[in-house]
Amino acid sequence: MRAFTALIARDLRLSLRIGGEALTLVLFFVMIGVIVPFAIGPDKGQLARLAPGIVWIAAFLSMLLGLDRLFRNDDDDGSLLLFRHAAIPLEAIVAAKTIAHWLLTALPLLVATPVLAILLAMDFESWWRTTFSLLLGTPALVAFGALGAAVTVSLRRGGLIAPVLILPLCVPVLIFGVGAISGGSSGPALLFLAAISLVVSTFAPFAAALALRVAGD
Amino acid sequence: MTLDAAAKKSNWFSRLAHPGQFLSWSRPLVLPLAVLSALLFAIGLWLSFFASPEDYQMGDMVRVMYVHVPNAWLSQFVYGVMAVSALGTLVWRHPLADVAGKAAAPLGAVFTALALYTGALWGRPTWGTFWEWDGRMTSTLVLLLIYLGIIALWRAFDDQLRAARIVAIVTLVGAINIPVIKFSVDWWNTLHQPASIFTAKGPRMPLSILTPLLIMAIAFTLLFLTLHIVSMRTEIFRRRAETLSRQAALSAEAN
Repeated sequence: MRAFTALIARDLRLSLRIGGEALTLVLFFVMIGVIVPFAIGPDKGQLARLAPGIVWIAAFLSMLLGLDRLFRNDDDDGSLLLFRHAAIPLEAIVAAKTIAHWLLTALPLLVATPVLAILLAMDFESWWRTTFSLLLGTPALVAFGALGAAVTVSLRRGGLIAPVLILPLCVPVLIFGVGAISGGSSGPALLFLAAISLVVSTFAPFAAALALRVAGD
Repeated sequence: MTLDAAAKKSNWFSRLAHPGQFLSWSRPLVLPLAVLSALLFAIGLWLSFFASPEDYQMGDMVRVMYVHVPNAWLSQFVYGVMAVSALGTLVWRHPLADVAGKAAAPLGAVFTALALYTGALWGRPTWGTFWEWDGRMTSTLVLLLIYLGIIALWRAFDDQLRAARIVAIVTLVGAINIPVIKFSVDWWNTLHQPASIFTAKGPRMPLSILTPLLIMAIAFTLLFLTLHIVSMRTEIFRRRAETLSRQAALSAEAN
């Protein structure tokens, strides 16, 4: 367990020291909220109606952008090889890195949602629901993302492949995530979203660790 | 079974699946399979055009079903073949399994695209829309995207042996979509009609419609098998040619 938390702390420290990658991601997230009113017109009623979907898509795209960093740096400097021979299993290491990645890429987005809420004319109720469904849904997105990143880590030109692979898998997350917003705070969609997140984040580390082992052979 | 017999049996199986052996035993299979599927297509098409009744609501449009349903069935069957090959690659590291998986992916993508296309052509006059975000259509579209992603992943790797095992993992993860497609009509009761052939009470259609449908389904499946074997043979030849050209380059360098 100490190694597990140490890994999370290491990833957080590395990312915070390299300087503001998390902030860049938040910037991208907010910028989508800035772009959309130009694309569909600044009509407040229409914006408010579309806002939950826009926030979800913005979060989705930001998560895809950040994916490549999950294992790439460790593969470049050889840490990934060391991890394979570490005292704790590779699955646990992948899980720790996934948690750290969630803290670095999903949590800042959740913190930034109020800005988007103002830009997109959301009221408090729909902002709160969107944030809550994002909180429940992003672990599944990150877990699928870890799988995509692990599968493409040995590819030099894998930047585009990982999103293409995991996007179709993430469709249910999006369906239930947006469904949970309109369906109220205790509807079945919210429970489904939570279930998907739990199941995916349980199984994804095993699949991702398997992919890392295969890629390293 | 004695140990000796077990060894003999495994030999028989592994001999059957060795790439070189596969080339020799599959060669005489291609033509009969092609002829058989062409024959079944002729019978099935004749039956579905001339010997099956019009629908009392849809009229002649119901005949789209004889193409749509086999394609939709194959879109999932081919993924099943890929999932089994993925297991073969990951568990037994079987050299033929990754060839089978690689050859099946483009075929599955085409069958899925055809299922969606014929479904759209059928849906326009009967439902009044080419496309609806209904559970089964959406999950089939997701299946097509998974196929295309897998093809893209195959093409991204230079080393085909490593690619095979990575693609196998993705294939197995993507397999969760197959039960979703199967049960989507029961979970979300929207536009697409529910299961009507394999139900607990037997098929819910008369024999005059069921017979051409089944013949067409078998014909399409045989077509897939033919194309699959041909494209597996091509893939094996392609890998051999690659090895030969590498050896030639190596010996040219040595001289």
